[in-house]
Formats: sequence, structure tokens, C-alpha cells
Amino acid sequence: MTSTFETVAGIIAETCDIDSDIIKPESHAINDLGIDSLDFLDVAFAIDKAFGIKMPLEQWTQEVNDGKAQTDEYFVLGNLCRHIDALVAAKKA
Amino acid sequence: MRLEYFQMVDRILVHDPDARTIRMEGDVPDQSPIFEGHFPGYPILPGVLMIETIAQAGGWLVLMHLRFAAMPFLLQVEKAKMRSFVSPGQRLETEARLIHDGSGYAVIEGSIASNGKKVCDAEIRYRVVPFPSDILRETMFETARRIGVAEEFFINA
Repeated sequence: MTSTFETVAGIIAETCDIDSDIIKPESHAINDLGIDSLDFLDVAFAIDKAFGIKMPLEQWTQEVNDGKAQTDEYFVLGNLCRHIDALVAAKKA
Repeated sequence: MRLEYFQMVDRILVHDPDARTIRMEGDVPDQSPIFEGHFPGYPILPGVLMIETIAQAGGWLVLMHLRFAAMPFLLQVEKAKMRSFVSPGQRLETEARLIHDGSGYAVIEGSIASNGKKVCDAEIRYRVVPFPSDILRETMFETARRIGVAEEFFINA
């Protein structure tokens, strides 16, 4: 069974044309992988479709802007995958 | 249609909120300064305006889906194909289907047909943000009423 991280890494590699070898759970999508906001929306669309969810990007952005969260919370891939898993679990509940 | 004012759709023919689809109609004007340059002696609707037409039909669909709570702005055009020339005076039917209502973005698939023949299709992505201007917001409401948006969608008007 493909893990959440493997799926997300595959989406990033394909969408952003990034070598999958450098995509790690500890990678920061912007600071380490250089994904810009437009490409990140491509990634978000692909993740939403792949997992059947709606990542609350506006809420996450607001939390970062308000200083309630660091960008690491949502852009470090391991953390992002944890949030995806939570959204998938909430959808099934 | 008033090409110089980017009014690319004239009226709503069918809107199905459950299926998240819309079908709109617009008449390409017989004359426009745009045709003087595109092209001299061979006037055809520019392909970028066909894409704009799909973007506007999809944009109205997104606006109604959101009950006018936020404004979709063109962000990305994917898989655009101009399949046939469009001449002055042609009537265009534009269809759009909302394929994803994301957080802060939306994605539609759309196409234009004329005389039953598909002339253009594309996938359009929008960034969806709060209305950045009261004038824009009011103008969108005015235009919405002109093109036939049902009153039930004006919840946030």
C-alpha cells in the first residue's frame, strides 16, 4: 500500500519536475524544494484529488499570517502528510 | 458580447447547481476594432478571447457556487485547444463544469461550441479571493442581473 508521503512525493516530483530522490519527509516545500505559490496550488489540487479532501489552505495561511503557526507546520512534507491523514480520517468518520 | 469591454458572455441559458454546470450564450459582434487588427482582411476572434470566454463562463459558475462570497481571478490555463476559427456574427455557446472547489482556488473544464461544433476547450484554474474592491463587487452584481443570475444566488450581495 502506498504511503501518504510516497503519494505526495510522487505528485510533487511529477507536478514540479523535481527529482524524487531529493524529496524527503523533512523537506520544506518552499525553502528546500523551491516550489512557488502557483506550483503549490497545482500540488494542492493533485493532493485534493488523490485523497478526496479539501485542504484548508486559506485557514492554514491565516494561521501563519496571524503568527499562530510556523510555515514548517504545513510546508514540511512530513507535517503536511500528517495533516492530510487527519483530513482523510475526519472524512471517513 | 462587447469585446473591447471584455464582456464575453451575454446570458445564462442553463445553470445546474447540483451538477455544478453552466451553459452560456454570446453573440460575436459583426464589427469591433479588434477585428481591424486581428486580422486585416480576415477578421476572426482571437484565441485568447475564446479562452477568456470560457474563463468568464466558469467564473460565473464559481461565483454562483460561492453565492458571491469571493471573486475568482484567472490563475492558470491548461490544455487549451483552439479547434476552429470564429468569425464576426457567430453565436457561441459556452459550457463549464466545476471539477474542484478548493480552498482559495477553483478548477473548471469548459468548452465553446458554435452551430453544434466545438471550437475551443480548456481547463481553467482560478485563485478565489475576497472582493478587492467595492466597485468591482457592485459591478459584478449589476452584470449578474443583466446576464440572468437567479436572485437566490445573491445571498452575499
